[in-house]
Amino acid sequence: MAILSQDEAQAILKKVISFSTADECEVTLNGETGGNVRSARNSISTSGAVDNVSLVVESRFGKRSGVATCNEFDDATLRRCVQRAEEIARLAPESPEYMPLLGPQQYSAAPQAFAKSTAGITPDYRAQQVGASMKICDEKKLSSAAFLNDEAGFVAKRNSKGLEAYQQITNLEFSITVRTPDGTGSGYATADYNDSSKFDAAALTRTAADKAAMSRNAKALEPGKYTVILEPAALVANSDASLLQALMGALDARNADEGRSFLSKKGGGNKKGEKLFDERVTIYSDPTMPEVATLTFSGDGRPQKKTTWIEKGVVKNLYTSRFWAQKAGIPDLPRPSGWVMEGGTQSLQDMIKGTAKGILVTRLWYIRPVDPQTLLYTGLTRDGTFYIENGKIKHPVKNFRFNESPIIMLNNLEAIGKPVRVGGNLVPPLKIRDFTFTSLSDAV
Amino acid sequence: MKRREFVGLTGLATGALFLPSIPGLASSPVDPARLLEAVDPAIKKRLADAALNAAKSAGASYADVRIGRYLNQSIFTREKQVQNIASGESYGAGVRVIANGTWGFAATNTVTEAGMAKAAQLAVQIAKANAKVQKDQVKLAPQKGYGEVSWKTPIEKNSFEVPVKEKVDLLLAANAKALDNGASFVNSALFQINEQKYFASTDGSYIDQDIHRIWPTFGVTAIDRASGKFRTREGLSAPMGLGYEYLTPKAADRINGPVGTGLIGYRNSYDMLEDAALAAKQAKEKLTAKSVVPGKYDLVLDPNHLGLTIHESIGHATELDRVLGYEANYAGTSFATLEWKAKNAPYGSKLVNIVADKTQPGSLGAVGYDDEGVKTGQWDIIKEGRLVDYQKTRDQAHIVNQDHSDGCSYSQSWQDVQFQRMANISLLPGKEKLSVDEMISKVDKGIYIAGRGSFSIDQQRYNSQFGGTVFYAIEKGKIAGMLEDVAYQTNTVEFWNSCAAICDQSDYRLFGSFFDGKGQPSQVSAVSHGSSTTRFNGVNVINTARKIG
Repeated sequence: MAILSQDEAQAILKKVISFSTADECEVTLNGETGGNVRSARNSISTSGAVDNVSLVVESRFGKRSGVATCNEFDDATLRRCVQRAEEIARLAPESPEYMPLLGPQQYSAAPQAFAKSTAGITPDYRAQQVGASMKICDEKKLSSAAFLNDEAGFVAKRNSKGLEAYQQITNLEFSITVRTPDGTGSGYATADYNDSSKFDAAALTRTAADKAAMSRNAKALEPGKYTVILEPAALVANSDASLLQALMGALDARNADEGRSFLSKKGGGNKKGEKLFDERVTIYSDPTMPEVATLTFSGDGRPQKKTTWIEKGVVKNLYTSRFWAQKAGIPDLPRPSGWVMEGGTQSLQDMIKGTAKGILVTRLWYIRPVDPQTLLYTGLTRDGTFYIENGKIKHPVKNFRFNESPIIMLNNLEAIGKPVRVGGNLVPPLKIRDFTFTSLSDAV
Repeated sequence: MKRREFVGLTGLATGALFLPSIPGLASSPVDPARLLEAVDPAIKKRLADAALNAAKSAGASYADVRIGRYLNQSIFTREKQVQNIASGESYGAGVRVIANGTWGFAATNTVTEAGMAKAAQLAVQIAKANAKVQKDQVKLAPQKGYGEVSWKTPIEKNSFEVPVKEKVDLLLAANAKALDNGASFVNSALFQINEQKYFASTDGSYIDQDIHRIWPTFGVTAIDRASGKFRTREGLSAPMGLGYEYLTPKAADRINGPVGTGLIGYRNSYDMLEDAALAAKQAKEKLTAKSVVPGKYDLVLDPNHLGLTIHESIGHATELDRVLGYEANYAGTSFATLEWKAKNAPYGSKLVNIVADKTQPGSLGAVGYDDEGVKTGQWDIIKEGRLVDYQKTRDQAHIVNQDHSDGCSYSQSWQDVQFQRMANISLLPGKEKLSVDEMISKVDKGIYIAGRGSFSIDQQRYNSQFGGTVFYAIEKGKIAGMLEDVAYQTNTVEFWNSCAAICDQSDYRLFGSFFDGKGQPSQVSAVSHGSSTTRFNGVNVINTARKIG
């Protein structure tokens, strides 16, 4: 029963609310069904399937709130779930940051967030895609490790103030690392989609395989400041911390107002409205955009609307909780679930052609915060790092550790390429001058 | 669950908590009363047999089933208020099979005999689909069935039985201590985990286990509004495989830090109020601490700091799945390959003895049996500086010509497939009597580091960079004031070969990683690392201060 229709879901939610005796009650259903395959050494290592639906009930008496859950849907279980939420609410301390539940909201439609093709994926489909990928590596005498994950899900919400929300969403994610048998070369490729019909494991495998072959026997360059071309997968990772996600994760209004953010101003207040980045930097979110369609409401029921966060280098908006928006008298904007960085028309190849001396970076890895004051992060290059000279890739180079801040990086902007989707965001390749590499790594 | 969701969790001092669910665990909120209802093992055995029989009927040559209730409760506070109390329960079953020589796995929250059989059939269907493109057959190390057995974490006080109010009061009291001592902000949290897991396999094991873990933690922020500068100091607790007794301080568990720092180390109980008061003072002191001059220093590393370095540079590097390439696409591989081990080159100095231990009391990794039904034990990883063994599961043992697994299989929940995870990996204390103050008295130019900070290491575990919670200059054998902007960059083998002295057993403590991420889809596990304070000579220290805007 993982993917309930809007009518099926709302019928359950209506019934649950009818059992409530609380001042306010909000109920949410989450369901997902999907599967995954992992491979390594050109062989399937693990695979699995998941199927789950759960109900969350939040009950409120005055400023006291309680939450309970269940994943069975007979009347007796549903009643018991509501009773438990109410019992906890009666015992909970009053919240000084209480905000009444939202009433009815208008949500945009994002039809491209859900694709039947992805929802219909079978174990055979996954095996075929991964099999085709492994075959290429076998033929090229390379060793691959890959991951294919697909899921179809829905979220439905309803509350006693009349809020009603429902949306289905699908996602497919594939990533592959190809290594040469002698361990001296490694290449990477990744992609994600709402609609699996766009997915071609073989094409991504060829990209990673080419990079692996090209990256054999890397030469060491001295650490220091270099012009770099960061591919989109080096700026945003599907499943790890990244430099641009770090920046977007730091646009919280409350932290800025409280003095513990790079956006805090000396003496108090925040830097909203200030130009902090190169004027070519514009970042917005739009959950209805077909290429990166996603949920059009946030966890607390607020609509996710098209919002500009950084425009021509100026910080335009900060996201916030409902409580802080009211207290600070600022726009009530939820944190976006995906975003778009505007780019240009140049392809990655064009950017390489226009570079006299520089380093092409496929992927950055193990990125961790060093200093929240300056948003300084450290991490390493990985799986395809190349020296560029006179517009051409000259030779592979050994991996570097960097210590760099996305704020400094987005001020040292040389060129922006054409955005591509990574991890549900649209991200262009960026050419950055004076990117700080602080040591060499022997890792391949 | 995405890795980035739980990565942010440990950074409490940033205030950037995105609530309400506990990231990293497949769960949803439930009320506390529900958490105390255990499921009868006889019922679980019947359900497990339904899955095992269905798997065999569908053509599986091997099957195991894990029926799990994974409970968690997390309490988040800031300053004088509770931010969130999340009690979560996740109940379901995962069935793993070998069919046509290939693994298959399926999970379900329909924990009935019919639901279990359906999941088993789906797992076989997946295995057969994958077998069509598979070359190598899965080979399991032999494992005898144990029959019906059980194991429990030896806790004194089940934290799920402690009233929420008592826990909230403790966190708010710690916050008050921090605020009284000059903190601008303080966030605190208490994470509690209970895994009630039942394992059964076609080998004839029916294993019922009850595992407990706890982590009290906080982050204090001090702000100088005039300069716009802010600094944080995290709590120096360790997540432990203990019950609520960890939060009742005992004098015998207190270990004094170096003279001149005021620091206290904690063994098997933790004084959160004492640490919160000190944290506020130290966060303020950090605002005006001297910025480090980069260069080579002798480092004296507290166990609550060194644990993370052990974790990253030895724990992960000696996981056999990484060594063989199974994690190449995400967590990475390892420099410590079979060929590298065969050279018998020194991993560290002769002082370095590293043990893997899945039985150590109080540790996060202690269990009776792993998640593929192997009884746990302890074994050497590094002996007198030489790599002697890896960490393995049943399907890996044959690759290194062993006939048994080390019991390193783990899954974070019923709905994720189990795979090789790190055992507790610990540095043995020095054999000679040596205190921290005696160690520092012999250092001419050094830095003392306590607590975890920024950490990053490459995908083959060569190059790492570590920060810390607090840093003190050591000059001519004495602590000489606080430092800031410190991080050290090292190469794993150079670093461990620079190990020059290890304090004795009286200084030994566990560090813990509560949300260690690995695998695709990423799963968390919890693991401890014991050590005594240790000295490393001539390590490269960088200055991390930058100017923006």
